[in-house]
This record gives sequence, C-alpha cells and structure tokens, in this order.
Amino acid sequence: MEQHKNRVVITGLGVVAPNGVGIPDFEKAIKAGQSGIEFIPELEELNFRCQVGGIPKVTDELLSASFTELELKRLSAKGVIYGILAGLEAWKDAELTFAEGDAEPNWKYGTVFGSGMSGINTLRDAIYRTDDLKVRKLGTTMVEQTMPSAISAFLGGKLGLGNQVTTNASACSTGTESILMAYERIRDGKAQIMLAGSCDADSPHVWGGFDAMRVLNYKSNENPKAASRPMASDASGFVPGSGAGALVLESLDSAKARGAKIYGEIAGGFVNSGGQRGGGTMTAPNSMGIQKCIEGALRDSKIEPHEIDLISGHLTSTMGDVPEIENWSKALELSGKEFPRVNSLKSMTGHCLSAAGSIESVACVLQLAGNYVHPSINCEEVHPKILELIDESCIPHESIQQENTIIAKSSFGFGDVNSCIIFKKYRA
Amino acid sequence: MTRSEIEAQLKTIIKPYVQNEEAFENLSPETDMLQDLQINSAHLVDIILDMEEHFDIEIDDETAEKMLTVGEAITATENLLDKKD
Repeated sequence: MEQHKNRVVITGLGVVAPNGVGIPDFEKAIKAGQSGIEFIPELEELNFRCQVGGIPKVTDELLSASFTELELKRLSAKGVIYGILAGLEAWKDAELTFAEGDAEPNWKYGTVFGSGMSGINTLRDAIYRTDDLKVRKLGTTMVEQTMPSAISAFLGGKLGLGNQVTTNASACSTGTESILMAYERIRDGKAQIMLAGSCDADSPHVWGGFDAMRVLNYKSNENPKAASRPMASDASGFVPGSGAGALVLESLDSAKARGAKIYGEIAGGFVNSGGQRGGGTMTAPNSMGIQKCIEGALRDSKIEPHEIDLISGHLTSTMGDVPEIENWSKALELSGKEFPRVNSLKSMTGHCLSAAGSIESVACVLQLAGNYVHPSINCEEVHPKILELIDESCIPHESIQQENTIIAKSSFGFGDVNSCIIFKKYRA
Repeated sequence: MTRSEIEAQLKTIIKPYVQNEEAFENLSPETDMLQDLQINSAHLVDIILDMEEHFDIEIDDETAEKMLTVGEAITATENLLDKKD
C-alpha cells in the first residue's frame, strides 16, 4: 500500500444543528438524548403530509457577533449562514487566525465545504422578482449566494484561504465526502490545514420534494420528538432537518508545531458508488457497493473490524435501516454481541440532508474524545429484523461511558453514492 | 423634502457600505462615494436599489452613472422627488 505523506488530525469543531447551535450546547443535547425536532406550522399551512422538522435556533446575538452589519444585509441564504457559523466556530476552536485585510492569504490553508440547496430561499426570492419583470431589483448578491460553491467562496473570503477552495455535492453523502476530500489533500501533502464540512437549508421548497416522494414520516405530527425513529420496529420515514457541521483538519506536524489541541485522528476512509446496478437505483443503494465502501475504509485505515468501538450509521428512520445494518454486519463479518455499538444522530436531529455527514462526524469526534456513546432515541422497540442480525445491547438507549479508540461513520446518498470514514483516537 | 433631509436619510442608507469611517464622519457634498468612502463599486448598485426603495423613486442607468459624489446623489434624488409631485 502507498505510503501516506502526512498523518491528519482534527483540531477544531463547529456545529449548527437542530438540537444545538455551537459545540457546548450540541454536546449537552446529544449526551442527554435531546431531540431538536419540532412541529413546523408553515408545513401544515402548505398541506405537507409531514409537518415536523429540525431547524437550528440561530439567535440574532450570534448573527451580529459573527457578521458585520453589511454582511448581514447582503446575506439571506439560510444554508450558507449555517455553514459560515459552523466554519467560523471550528476555525476559532482551532485557535487559527484570519488573514487580515491586505495580508497575503494563507497559501497552505483551504476548504472543501459541501452543500445541498443552501441558497434555496434566496433563489426563490430571485425567481419571483425576475418573473415579476423586476430583474433590475435583484441586487448584486444573488449570484454569490445561490451558486453551488457559495459556502466555500464565503468561507474562503472570511478566512483568507489560499489553497483549494471548493464545494462538493453528493446528496446525503456530501458531508462525509467533504471530510475525506480534505483529509486526502493534507495526507498527500498538498495542504497543511483544511476546513471540512457541509451545510444545507431548511425550506418547504427542498422538503416538499421528499414529502411528495412519501419518504417522510407523516405519522408523528402530534408528537414531533418521537418522529425520527432510526432502527425502531415502526420507523416509517425520515424527518427533514438542516444545519451545518465543520471540522478543522490539519497535518499532525502542523498541529504539533502550533501546540494545537488534538481531538482525534482520521485513520482513513473510502468513497464509492453502487453504480445504480445490482438492486441499486437513484434512491436505493446497491448493497454490494455499501459493503465494498466499508471494506475499503477499513483497508485504507489499516484496522480490523473487531477494533471498531462504535458505528455512527447513516440510519435515517426508513426501511433502509435494516439493509444498512445487514450490510455492516456482512462487511465486518460480525453479528450478535460481536457487533460494535451503533447509534444514529438522526434520531435527535432528523436527516439534515447534505449537512448530515458533517454534523454526525462532529458528534463522532466528540464521542471519540469524550469516551462516550450518545443514545439512539425513539428506538425502544428495535426492528425485529435488526435483532436477527445484532444483539439489542449494541443499540444505546441512554448515554454510555466507554473507551473509544475507533469510530466508523458512514453516509449514503441519492445517486447510489457511499462514503465511510474512520476516526481514531490520537496516540503519539 | 429639503436637501438636508435627503442628505440625512442618504447617510443612513450608505452607512453600512462605507469602508472609510473618517471620511464618512466628515461627509460633504463633494465626498466621492468610491474614492473617499471607499465603497465597493458593486455595492454602489445596491445603494441605488436601497435609495429607490427608500424614496420610492426609479433611478435610470444614465442618472445612476452620474451619481459619484454625495452631492450628485442628493441632487438626483431631489429632482426625482420633484417629478413625483
């Protein structure tokens, strides 16, 4: 196997999630099993079947502390705002400085920050104005806010990044993929520090498409906090969410030289596609693709299945949960009590779409560093087909203290795309 | 509306775009919005949109091109408001 140039560690974290904005609140929430899912009156007014969702509570205080008056005036794209907030938090957490004014950018610092429909509300407004013959009134901020790379462009400017500044998109696999892309760039010696992450907006105009596909849970409008039920016997659809997660990745040499605090290491990972063959479609995964992705991640990380302490699943609270556990079990050749602990952050945040992988990865790193496993809520009665594969004790109903050395995180997306990343406790 | 009333309201509109606070504090009709206030030229377009909305006027491209100083912007606004009445 090829020799990697650099070990890559995580030195900063930021998050904007439905159940917590900012790392301290988010960590408190995931430890306590606190759901961020609420009834959304707008969805009821718009005749949605599913009228619950996960929307981060971003306060005006946080906005004015993070942006200038002019920036706020020129910025409406919700997902982009979430992404910038998470990115800035991670950057500050890593105690990195900003390139000031006319200073040169940091040529060795870059970002891969994924996005879904982050500027949908801004785009909607522009469409209305244009169709209303008011193209003159669009202003100058529409393009920069609605282009797919809006988030990486804004972060690049805020932080003065001079290395690669790009946005990746692979549906619900986006967030995990972005971390792997940034990881590879540092590993291969092309960058010293990369801000990785992803963001997505909450909007009826994004969520409506899923509602129409009947893949959302419409049976829990009266009981929002119980709506997202990954691995439960009665899981019948996902709950839409939004937000952003951000991680500062850094070469180990750089982190040591700066004396940075190190949350953990990225041991490796893999991305692939099931090719929409062999049972895989636009919306359903080819099981062989998922297994090969997991196997590839283990190979890349040089770890054995039994070393995994925790799996942070994709696990969306749909009929996809059972085959996902089956694919993990087959790929790892582990079952029953041998199977690692497994949880789903989506039980508390809903499915944050393009932001999911990065928010869940932030949770993984917190669990790795803090030696605990957050609960997978709303799963009192585990799906019987899952219990045929793994022991019930694998699924935590409450927070558990345990020494974590290896945490595996997977994400899968429309287009039959897969990603799997392996986080490892940092040991000199 | 008097010129000084227009000036006061214009100041509120351009304030967030200004990058040179000192020049803004010493604002006069001769103050150049790009050179002196160091307003980003792309933002000038947004200032014109903000003015249109605030004063409920339509500023055509030809007029907009001539609005480089604070005094010119006040005069243009004054003329357009007069036309409305």
